[in-house]
Amino acid sequence: MKKIFSRPECLKPTPFHYCPGCGHSILHRLVAEVIDEMNLRGRIIGIPPAGCAVLAYDYFDIDMCEAAHGRGCAVATGFKRSRPECIIFTYQGDGDMAAIGTAETLHAANRGENITSIFVNNAVYGMTGGQMAPTTILGQKTTTSPFGRRSNVEGYPLKITEIISTLPGAAYVARTSLATPAKVMATKKTIKKAFETQLAGLGYSLVEVLSPCPTNWKISSIESFKYLEERLELEYPLGVMKEVTTEKGS
Amino acid sequence: MPKVRKGVEVSIAIADAVAQADTDVIAAYPITPQTHIVEHLSEIVANGELDAEFVPVDSEHSAMSVCCGSSAVGARTFTSTSSQGLALMSEIFFIAAAMRLPMVMALANRSLSSPLSIWNDHTDTMMVRDAGWVHIFVENGQECYDNIFCSYRMSEDPEVRLPVAINLDGFILTHMIEPIEYEDDETIRKYLPPFTMINALHPDNPVSMGCFGMPEIYTETQMNREHGIRNSYPVILKAWDEWGKLTGRYYRPVETYRADDAEYCIVTMGSYGETAMEVVDTLRAEGEKVGVVKIRLWRPFPYDEIRAALLGKKSLVVIDRAISFGGPGGPVASELRSALYQKKGAPTIVNYVAGLAGRDVSRKDFRNIILEGKEKARRGETEGFTLYGLRG
Ligand SMILES: Cc1ncc(C[n+]2csc(CCOP(=O)(O)OP(=O)(O)O)c2C)c(N)n1
Ligand code: SF4
Repeated sequence: MKKIFSRPECLKPTPFHYCPGCGHSILHRLVAEVIDEMNLRGRIIGIPPAGCAVLAYDYFDIDMCEAAHGRGCAVATGFKRSRPECIIFTYQGDGDMAAIGTAETLHAANRGENITSIFVNNAVYGMTGGQMAPTTILGQKTTTSPFGRRSNVEGYPLKITEIISTLPGAAYVARTSLATPAKVMATKKTIKKAFETQLAGLGYSLVEVLSPCPTNWKISSIESFKYLEERLELEYPLGVMKEVTTEKGS
Repeated sequence: MPKVRKGVEVSIAIADAVAQADTDVIAAYPITPQTHIVEHLSEIVANGELDAEFVPVDSEHSAMSVCCGSSAVGARTFTSTSSQGLALMSEIFFIAAAMRLPMVMALANRSLSSPLSIWNDHTDTMMVRDAGWVHIFVENGQECYDNIFCSYRMSEDPEVRLPVAINLDGFILTHMIEPIEYEDDETIRKYLPPFTMINALHPDNPVSMGCFGMPEIYTETQMNREHGIRNSYPVILKAWDEWGKLTGRYYRPVETYRADDAEYCIVTMGSYGETAMEVVDTLRAEGEKVGVVKIRLWRPFPYDEIRAALLGKKSLVVIDRAISFGGPGGPVASELRSALYQKKGAPTIVNYVAGLAGRDVSRKDFRNIILEGKEKARRGETEGFTLYGLRG
């Protein structure tokens, strides 16, 4: 009989600690499948965040090094500049990337660092208990916006991916979602494309993945996938925002 | 708010106190185990109970910067953080003290990376020991609640004008539900006048703040800081004393338990004090002449009170919750060694570091530390420190 489904080689047989219905589990698997399919396992280094994915090194059977909250892209720069033959990726939540790590991220992208960021946007600080993030959408209730986010007090949802797409150093910038099986498959393709961009030496690549956090959204897993598609995707339109295909000059 | 005694999580009581103190600006970034404090504050502000600005900033560096800004214009200011958050804000943390900006911080003590850990010890606060803030250590929820008001009083006093950090043990206190006595608003109003900042930034009364310091002046600015924090001492005593008169709950820079006739003492800071008292009761019943000395005020360091409490004892067993790597061991023991050095009747000091990153230190452990420490002192084994419970 033909085997049609198995665990990616670079995922250890460790059960995920993520909540049921959490997008991190799906996304870990997608990243692992891409690493296997592109045969990158021997030369890839991942940087997990401070956030729910802090234990990513317990699951991925590749080299990983924890960065302090928000510092992923700076640490990645150090790795890549000294080991250009390696493929370097950061895996970051929206607090990590779009709040505390905004400066590192923007400047790494602006320098055109040849690294890849997988940016998991669940519109809250998941790990610390669902507080408002810069990415929280207007009206969304969180533990620090108990009656919903108000633009006149807490400002607007930050679209860091759109901002990065305007930077000349960014080569591939896209947003995907985990809301449906088709979108999950599209996310995988997008991650592949981001790693290919790095392999081709084209510059910074970023994949923002809209991802459910049923625990902190305080709804069921099924409802959270609906919320993702009906609310988050409305605020954060999916698609490729930038794709550079030729190497930049000096 | 009427005077009431209720069972409440300590973090919630802290937030309630910040609201009762009529705080104007709260800026914070979430970090475990501080989160419940700021979450509750955001709720109190959002539902209109407290007319304040709650600023959910992008990082602790920004949080402390916002606090400096709001304090400089004369707004009553509060923030709360922990561990990595404190590390990230440390640049501005030093500046807040140097610029003599009043504010209060609830510092939920937690270990520092690496390895990454969310649990309690005192490594975070020891990193900023020398920043020039007033540092208070509390032992239980009531002390947290009370010291919010006392800290504002100390911090905003025109003679002091310094930021004050209330150190509370992460999880051990932040997440504990305790019976806490709330004072009524009238008492708080009587105790804590509205904040008026002299030399606040205002276009009507121009001042410059945070100026460049050339070598000709930098030294003098540092001496000014040193005077500033030392001069805060009598104001701190007065703030605690007046709180005691109003509420019956008195605080002192150094507190003792069964120490007067003790031959030797265990010295702690923070929530360990409660366990130490329990264990000392048992040991006393067995005939050990041991007492407890708790340091409540860490900066400015209470030299006189420490000497009054400790000179004449045979030995001290000092429990630290942080290591000064490559240095003298634990920061508390090293401070005591220097405070008592060459003084008549100075006790022999034995230092233990225990309970790093939440490793449990039970009554049995305290007992071991006290009795083993006493023996070490008798044998003259006073060099360095012992890392209690080290495996392997
Ligand atoms: C300097 C610093 N501040 C705060 C924290 C606490 N902290 C850890 S993870 C996190 C936010 C996590 O949210 P996000 O990045 O969106 O990831 P998620 O957990 O939602 O996947 C925070 C605030 C920290 N570790 N370091
Ligand atoms: S809190 Fe949210 S992001 Fe974190 S593991 Fe649970 S569902 Fe996932």
